[in-house]
Amino acid sequence: MSDLQVVIATDCGSTTTKAIMIEKKGGVYRQTYRGEAPTTVEAPFEDVTRGVLNAIQEVEELSGRQILDGEKIITPAEGDRGVDIYISTSSAGGGLQMMVAGVVQSMTAESAQRCALGAGAIVMDVLASNDGRLPHQKIERIRQLRPDMVLLSGGTDGGTVSHVVELAEFIGAADPKPRFGTGFQLPVIYAGNKDAQGEVERVLDEKTALTIAENIRPVLERENLGPARQVIHDLFLEHVMAQAPGYRKLMTWTGAPIMPTPGAVGEIMQTIAQRQSINVIGVDIGGATTDVFSVFGEVFNRTVSANLGMSYSVSNVLTEAGMENVLRWMPFGIDEADLRDRIKNKMIRPTTVPQLLEELQIEQAIAREALRLAFIQHRELAVGLKGVQSERTLSDVFDQGATGESLIRMMELDLLVGSGGVLSHAPNRAQAAAMMIDAFQPEGLTRLAVDSIFMMPHLGVLSTVDEKAATDVFEKDCLIYLGSCVAPVGSGKQGSVCASYELSLPDGGKSGELKVGDLLRFPLAAEEQAEVVVRPSKNWDVGAGPGQEMRVVAEGGVAGLILDGRCRPIQVDEKEEVCLAQVEAWSSALDLY
Amino acid sequence: MAHAYTPGLRVTKQATIRRERRLPLKGEVLVVPGEEVRRDQVVARTELPGDVVSLNLVNQLGASPGELAGYMLKKEGEQIEEGEPLAETRPLIKWFKTTIKAPVSGTVESISSVTGQVILRKAPRPVEVLAYIDGTAVETVPEEGVIVETRGAFIQGIFGVGGECWGELMMLAETEGEVLDAERIGPECAGKILVGGSLISYPVIEKAREVGAAGLIGGGIRDQDLRQLLGYDLGVAITGTEEIGLTVIVTEGFGEIAMARKTFEILKECCGREGSISGATQIRAGVLRPEIIVPAWDAEIEEAAKGGQEGLQVGDTLRVIRVPHFGSIGQVSDLPSQLREVESGAKVRVLEVEFEDGSRAVVPRANVEVIEE
Repeated sequence: MSDLQVVIATDCGSTTTKAIMIEKKGGVYRQTYRGEAPTTVEAPFEDVTRGVLNAIQEVEELSGRQILDGEKIITPAEGDRGVDIYISTSSAGGGLQMMVAGVVQSMTAESAQRCALGAGAIVMDVLASNDGRLPHQKIERIRQLRPDMVLLSGGTDGGTVSHVVELAEFIGAADPKPRFGTGFQLPVIYAGNKDAQGEVERVLDEKTALTIAENIRPVLERENLGPARQVIHDLFLEHVMAQAPGYRKLMTWTGAPIMPTPGAVGEIMQTIAQRQSINVIGVDIGGATTDVFSVFGEVFNRTVSANLGMSYSVSNVLTEAGMENVLRWMPFGIDEADLRDRIKNKMIRPTTVPQLLEELQIEQAIAREALRLAFIQHRELAVGLKGVQSERTLSDVFDQGATGESLIRMMELDLLVGSGGVLSHAPNRAQAAAMMIDAFQPEGLTRLAVDSIFMMPHLGVLSTVDEKAATDVFEKDCLIYLGSCVAPVGSGKQGSVCASYELSLPDGGKSGELKVGDLLRFPLAAEEQAEVVVRPSKNWDVGAGPGQEMRVVAEGGVAGLILDGRCRPIQVDEKEEVCLAQVEAWSSALDLY
Repeated sequence: MAHAYTPGLRVTKQATIRRERRLPLKGEVLVVPGEEVRRDQVVARTELPGDVVSLNLVNQLGASPGELAGYMLKKEGEQIEEGEPLAETRPLIKWFKTTIKAPVSGTVESISSVTGQVILRKAPRPVEVLAYIDGTAVETVPEEGVIVETRGAFIQGIFGVGGECWGELMMLAETEGEVLDAERIGPECAGKILVGGSLISYPVIEKAREVGAAGLIGGGIRDQDLRQLLGYDLGVAITGTEEIGLTVIVTEGFGEIAMARKTFEILKECCGREGSISGATQIRAGVLRPEIIVPAWDAEIEEAAKGGQEGLQVGDTLRVIRVPHFGSIGQVSDLPSQLREVESGAKVRVLEVEFEDGSRAVVPRANVEVIEE
């Protein structure tokens, strides 16, 4: 791609279409203007391009630059008119909904799930030969679901054929119909044992729109998710997007393929982790769903918790987390029946915002639980490959580690990025930091940030076109650094010393003891650094090993430097009045409200 | 902001209402354009493919998948009755013969020489679509369905459970703020759509169900009562398929909230007339709200829907939909353009509202909905 000077990018979400303009100034790319408009996929407009044009028009008005010529985007740029490229992501119409199938639940079916999630899909169900359901139950389920597409995997190359073909027969018998377009065949991707390809074709070729991809698990020891993910992206454009109102037109406007929104966020996360050689966790908490992304040691994983969110799904957070888990984060007591009614009212009127402080505190308590649950689901899927044989030496006999171990090692996490209204638009940025620390419970030293205006999707698709442009904007405009959290890991009696610390802050040195249950905050502005020396007590670990001193440089941010002595997992007292006092103390230590 | 608008719920005495009645699969449309239809009339019909039964015949026959075709007595696509032989072995000694009989009647869908699996498909299931409202079939979509049009009162609720039903409207509350008492419900309520005031409690629902009422309409419902009614905690607002014996619609929200006076007055006027209601609610992706439709053939004046797309204007009637002032109704008295900080610390776009009692308050624009005419 030739040197880009001006880029316009949109993300067509289910409610809002967001446009941003990126310009190259003095050799560096910056995000300069943004505009938004309601998404117009549904009646009365039923044409996504209308919302795109409205959002771009707003950018035009703010920037004074002509981008549109009537209803056309001017590309490439001609002097001070037009843009060099227009790119877009989309999650309108409920995003990409898939069903996946594999032979063994914990092996090929899990690989298929990772493959679909990484491509940006919502996985509606995972079918496996050993999932405990009877054949007619599986067939009935496939028929009910009406996914956008199905990913069928199973068997290593040269492995089982009959089980894979059996799954294909179930899909064939169900004769599933796609969600959009009654006259179309359902796209099915086969990415399993190559020896079963012929049979799978025989069973499914006439009944479905079958595409064959490379096996996602050619051998037990290795996953090969890239080729099948690419096929998912292609089919997403050809079948799913092309059926949605106005997308055929939109696809002719873009200079790069339209990506599913979460797929694009995953792209930028991977790009950043790779360029800076860091481990990253990102979370996007929306109204209906919460996506978690992680890159640890270059292994990327994404999960989506389809019914954990802050508006449409807010009531489900309460159902899944349990009332007591939500209440433990609230600095005041509330009648349970009243809280239930308030949450249901938010569910049926999802666009309302908290006007009173106590309403904000309720929403932030629920957000902590939504994030915590989404992260638990992520940890369960972001694991090493199961079923791999490994040589064990004598010393391993006492090691309980097995295959399928979580890849998420919080002590090695470098950066935790939050996104979504409740985090990005928290009235006080320290509130976002507190929600993320309480939900993810980082260990050792971790830097915290939020996506300022939700531009990660735009940057993800941009990174496929121009990596430098995407990373420039990511570092300079996208992230707002909240600061750093230092948390020793261990457990102990409330009030006992878990570590001593020495901080070299810009305004002088500070030293002291961190006690169990304490939360301390020290001002440290963005672009400032502090040298931190932490000496954990015996059996406490801050990253250098139990009882070992750690010297690090912590980066600042709007919330400053936070020392967290609340144990891992965070200990909240079961007695209501003690719990209220604890939460109140933490809240005032961080100056949250 | 390009075009900010706050959609509201429609509450109107006289409107033209069109409802699409579509089959899940292609089938037969049974009415012609211009035909008058009744709410319980079948307007389109189709057949859903039957359920399937899979049989692992190779295990039962003691054969290999490759040999299966040779043992089958029926081919793919052939009909079979329950108990009729489906496959059998042919041993030299007849006594050792194994015969597998069909466990269900249907068609042989597939015979696999790889897995040894045979799939039988049962007879198709008929699906019928009813007109749902009394009106006229104004348009038909060949093989797919029909659009039924009617005129009359149209009220959108905020949340409901239970599917489509119909009956005569019957007022049980004297005022919009009245909390309905289960004692008010008697055998005369059978088959009726009952209208309450500010709260539908579980004992009221229970009693209505007991006497065989078709539906219940009220201002609010408590979440704990809803949980008791459904038997589970509703996580995501997608409803309409609950089989709870009646349909419940609330017009304002959760908790005890007086029904908006206009809604109450219209329902009162409709008292004694036949109406159709649906509790189906879906907040995400294509908002669907529960509805009350009471046809009136003599309705001539049509109140145009504002659609709320012109944006809020001073003088518009609105309802506050979040605490504080939740459920209060008033008129927009000012629309300041600057962002303003509210008690939670958030900076948001606000408006000033004058309530019916003359008091004024500032509320976020996101927390109001226009009461559409």
